[in-house]
Order: sequence, then structure tokens, then C-alpha cells
Amino acid sequence: MRAKLERVFEMVRKEFRQVFRDPRLSRVLFVAPVIQLLAFGYAVSTDVRDVATFVIDDDGSRESRDLVEAFTASGYFRVAGVSRRPADLVRAIDRGEAVLGLVIPAGFARDLRRGVTAHVQLLFDGTNSNVATVAQGYAGRIVQSWTARRFPSLSPPAVDLRARAWFNPDLESRVYNVPAVMGALLILVCLLLTALAIVREREIGTLEQLLVSPLTPGELILGKTIPFALIGLVDLVLIMAVSLLWFKVPFRGSALLLLAASILYIFSALGVGLFISTISRTQQEAFMAVFLVFMPTMLLSGFMFPVSSMPAVFRWLTLANPMRHYLEIVRGIFLKGAGLGALWKQFLALSLMGVGILWLAADRFRRRSAAG
Amino acid sequence: MIEPTRLLAMARKELIQLRRDPRSLALAFALPVLLLILFGYAISWDVRDIRLAVLDQDRSAASRELVDAFRASGYFNLAAFLERSGDVDSLMERGGAQLVLVIPPGFARDLGAGRTASLQAIVDGSDANTATIALGYSEAVVRTWSARVELRGRSVAPPVSAESRVWFNEELASRNMIVPGLVAVIMMVIAAMLTSLTIAREWERGTMEQLAATPVSRLEVVLGKLLPYLGIGLVDVVASSALGVLLFAVPFRGSAVLLMVLSFLFLMGALGLGMFISAVAKSQVLATQLAMVATFLPTMLLSGFMFSIDAMPAPLQAISYLIPARYFLVVTRGIFLKGVGLGVLWTQGLLMLAFAAAGLGLAVVKFRKELD
Repeated sequence: MRAKLERVFEMVRKEFRQVFRDPRLSRVLFVAPVIQLLAFGYAVSTDVRDVATFVIDDDGSRESRDLVEAFTASGYFRVAGVSRRPADLVRAIDRGEAVLGLVIPAGFARDLRRGVTAHVQLLFDGTNSNVATVAQGYAGRIVQSWTARRFPSLSPPAVDLRARAWFNPDLESRVYNVPAVMGALLILVCLLLTALAIVREREIGTLEQLLVSPLTPGELILGKTIPFALIGLVDLVLIMAVSLLWFKVPFRGSALLLLAASILYIFSALGVGLFISTISRTQQEAFMAVFLVFMPTMLLSGFMFPVSSMPAVFRWLTLANPMRHYLEIVRGIFLKGAGLGALWKQFLALSLMGVGILWLAADRFRRRSAAG
Repeated sequence: MIEPTRLLAMARKELIQLRRDPRSLALAFALPVLLLILFGYAISWDVRDIRLAVLDQDRSAASRELVDAFRASGYFNLAAFLERSGDVDSLMERGGAQLVLVIPPGFARDLGAGRTASLQAIVDGSDANTATIALGYSEAVVRTWSARVELRGRSVAPPVSAESRVWFNEELASRNMIVPGLVAVIMMVIAAMLTSLTIAREWERGTMEQLAATPVSRLEVVLGKLLPYLGIGLVDVVASSALGVLLFAVPFRGSAVLLMVLSFLFLMGALGLGMFISAVAKSQVLATQLAMVATFLPTMLLSGFMFSIDAMPAPLQAISYLIPARYFLVVTRGIFLKGVGLGVLWTQGLLMLAFAAAGLGLAVVKFRKELD
């Protein structure tokens, strides 16, 4: 038993030495996740702000200027250009310089004063469907409240809807996305490192040397996975630190629970990595296989695209995705302060998958290496 | 300076090497198809079937009519009728409902008396995007219903009417936005996954010295290695555009020739960049990590492919100007959805040309320096 531990320990040491011998690689391993988190944290935002608006004000009245002012004062729109010629608007939208065209026809102020319905036209560039959908909602609300402000004598609306958002009162998407980036980065680091580490030995031809050494296949697997699990955990701490200190994401739940979930999650990532290493012969193949696994895992996890908008078949598929369960746990712990009571289902799924995948992959690897 | 026979010989060598690794080659074609299917079928931002829970404390004909209006809108799925207000907490924490509509007692009485009746909407803000859109939809439902109630009394024309129209993507489907962008992402994937390993592999296996000893010039090595990947990339562009148009009915309104020419330029730049990374890294593990950070992630995150650049903080917006995919995306969306030509896209065309020259130049210079 003692000798066994020693052998695994030596193997882990060898592995670490190999990783850290290349100072650039070790830098990439610890700096890249932070850069990626920053990029993800800032870029993965579905908040719609500062929508480029092209204004055609054919009326040129105080009222029309006031309406434009209401658009920009909301913070959702900024004026990207002003003209009186419709052709300029078309060109701006064609070039992607404006997303919204706000057209106020001549006679707008006159109609308002006469009590005739005054018309405003809103042209949206639907190329970015999300921005267009949300901006449409904002624009409708702005016109409505502007009208209500100008005509206080008008009878109040029959129904008044008061909205409140729980867990994220400002509806900032960053609070939702940053914790989830953790899931994406952890799986990427663990998957890629594990898969490449074994395939590299096979490609260079040193795997045979390891196989004829007194190491048993089980020890070999431990030696090959422990270092990357540790690197993954260090990355986890780094990412956590940046999320809390830099992005100031609220953390309402238990850190211990998060750690437990992360370990289970890392297990499944290592398992998939091991599995890929048994089927690939070259590092290039392994890299591509990692990619082939990583993309659907990320896209079908609810990270950027809500699971609830997927068709039923894909919604079912996501149940087999460890990242989906991990993200539900991470978001629950971060944003809602949820405990095991609310998250036990996800924990159960993650445990089954983590242990199951790792065990299957290890078994396959053992048999493959025993067969030569 | 370039001897065609040597160049072709180099390309043939690379092609033979690629052919010997049929699985990598298969993956190079499988990945774009997988991405297309995922983006085309599985994921979207289109928010439908929002899980709605109703806490109807009024239990009147009016309140039931309002709930019916929500149901009939097609955006909401009635997930639960709550009995007590205490149930809201646990339901929201479990994620059982995304929106809870609270109809307070006295709702029908207020309506009948001509007073403004209030309503409350509680939205799960943790997914800010879905929450924003869900709120927008519920406001629209309430607004229409409210107007109907008002009209029962008297008929008054609204003082301002805003007509909104959407161009280029009339049904606001996120698929139409994603598929043209995917062409750019797929090219970057090819560059990152195939090209970035090609020189690093030769270093790692020790065949680089052999290559250096042949009369092949540096430029010929770079171009020769590039040609097969250029072929793969162009096939991928055609295949993914065709699939997008035929399978997913994404409109294609511009010139196919223009798309091919600009894609060719973009691909040259991307492949050059991949080669440059390969020459810098010298080890495949490092090359894969660098390729992810330098080519794939920026293209996914900062190009405007999925997330609007307007909403990003200023430093990130500044960085996005350095990302060639940002310009190429204007090209693909312009050609697919807007049907614009070189008259609008000439700036982007020049930038693509500059990118191709820079990518290739960097690769050749770096490669020469490393070899000498």
C-alpha cells in the first residue's frame, strides 16, 4: 500500500514537472482562465443598452425633439445619426451603423395639439434578433410613458402592472453569467489537459515505457488525473476570487457545497478526458475530439441559451449533460442561496455522472493499456 | 521567390499527412455540421413557453379573463395556480415558475369602479435576458387587455401611435442572426484546430529540421502547409452556407461570389494567424491553449456573433476593433440578410485584405526567425 502511494505520488510529481517545465504553458494555464473569465464576464451580456438609433425628424418641433430626448434619456438608446433624408437611414441600417430608425413625420406636433392620433415610425434592424426584441419592448414603453406625461388629463390606464425581479433586481445578466463561466472554464481546462497528457505520451512513444514500469494501470490513471484535478481546483479558486472581488457577484450560499459540486463536476470532466485519450492517437485528434464534446456540452447547458427555449428532444438530452446540473447548482448557490434541499436532484445527477463516467473511462483505459 | 513545384510538393506532403489521419479530417467536417445543427435546431434566444404561475386572490370573472389573455398570447405556459402567497417563495427558489402573476383582491371591483386596478408581476431575475423579455411580453399583454377594458366604456383614439416594423429578419428568429455568423466561427475553428498544430507537431516530432534541410523556402513552407486547410475551409464555408439556406431557411439575399471572395481573404488571415501561433508555441499543448485564447474565444465572444458590441464596456469595445471576425460578421450578415454589395462592404473588404496580409506576413516572419 505504501509503495503504491509512493508510485502514484512519483507519477503526479512527474506530471507536474512536465507541465511546469514550460513556463509559458503554466502561465497560460493560470492566466488564461482569468482572461477568459474577464472576457466572458463582460462580453456575455444580453443586456440591451445604447442601441444605435438613427433619427429622421421631419417635424423639427419642440415635441419631436422632446420625444427623441426621452429615447436617449432612458439609457437604452443613443443617437447615432440625424438626417432628414430617408436614404440616409437606409444606408445607416444597411451598414450596421444603426439598429433602430426613429422616424417622426411632419405634422407630428400639429396632430398632437389637435387631438388627432400622431404617428411615429420605428424601424428595427432584425439582424440581431435578441437586441431587436428587447429594444422593441423598451421603445414601446418609452412612447407610452412619454404620452402619459404629456397628457396628464388622459384617464389613467385601467390596469397598472407593477413588476419586481427577484434574485437579481437590476436584471443584470452578468450576475447570471459570471458564475456559469466557471462551469465552462473548469470543464475546458480539465478535459483538454487530461486528454492531451495521455495522448502526448502515446504520440511520443513514452506510454509504453510507463506501461512496462511497475505502475499498475490504476495507478497510472490516478497519476494522470490527480494533477489536473488539482489544477482545476486552483483555477476554481482563481475564478471565484475574480468573480467575487472584481465582478462583485453576490454569493449567498454555502462555499462548501459549491466545492463539493465542483469536485463531482471535475470528476466527470476528467472521465471524459480519459475516455477521449483512449480513442485518439494524436494530440490533434484529441484536441478536436475535446472540441466536439465541449461545444455541445456548453451550448446545451443553459449557459448562454436557456434550456427552456430548446425543443423537447434537446431538453431531454440536456439531462445527460453534467454541465447543465453543475450550472443549476452554481447559480442556485450564488444567486438564490439555495441549499441541498432545493438542489439535491442536481447533486444526485452530478454524483451519478461524475463517478459513473470516471469509472467507465478508467475501466476502458485499463483494458486498452492491458491489451497493449 | 515561390517555385510552384516546390509549393505543390509541400502542399501534397501536408495533404498526405492529413489523409493518413482520416479521423482528424472527418472531425474537421463533422464539427461545422454539429455546430450548425446545434445552432439551427437546438438553441435560440427566442423566448417562448415562459413558465407562468398565477396567484389569483380576486377569483373574479375579470381576473380569469386576464389569465386567459396571458395564456392565449402564446408566450406563456400556465405552470401552476397558487393558493397562498407563501407558495411563491418555494416555487421561485425551485425554478418552478419564471413569472408569477399576482392578482390582488379587489381587482374586479376597482375595474368596475373605473379606478386603476393594480397587478403584480414577480419575475425570476436570475436569467436577466429571459426576465426582460418575459416582462416585455407581460406588459404588452396587460396593455392590450387594459385597452380592451377601457374601450368597453368609451372609444378614444390614443394620442400617439408608434408603429414598429422589423427589417431583414421579420420574424425576429435568432437562427437568422446566428447562422451567417457561424460561417466566421467555423473558419476560426478550422484555423485554430487544424493549422495551429501543424507546425508545432513538426517541432515536437523533430521533423522540422528535416524540412529546414530541404531547398523549400520559408514562404513555400507556410503557403504549402496552408493550401490544404484553405481547401477544407472553403468547402466548409460552402457546405455550411448551403445547409443554413436549405435546411434552416435562412435568407440569402446577396451575391454568393462576393461572399466567397471575402471568405477567402478572411480564411487566409485566420490560417496565417493559426500558423503564427503554431510557430510561436512549438508544443501542441501550448498551441491548443493559445489557439483557444487568441482565435476561437474572441471570435465567439467579442465579434458581435452572439452578444451585441454596443452593450459591452468601452475597453472591450476598443479590443473588438482588433478582432477581424467583427468585420467579417458585417460581411456575412450583410450578404445573407441585407443583400448589400461591395458598395456598402468595401471598407470591410479592405480590412479583410489587410488581415490576410498581416496573418500571412506574421507567420512567415516568425517561422523564418525560429528556423534560422
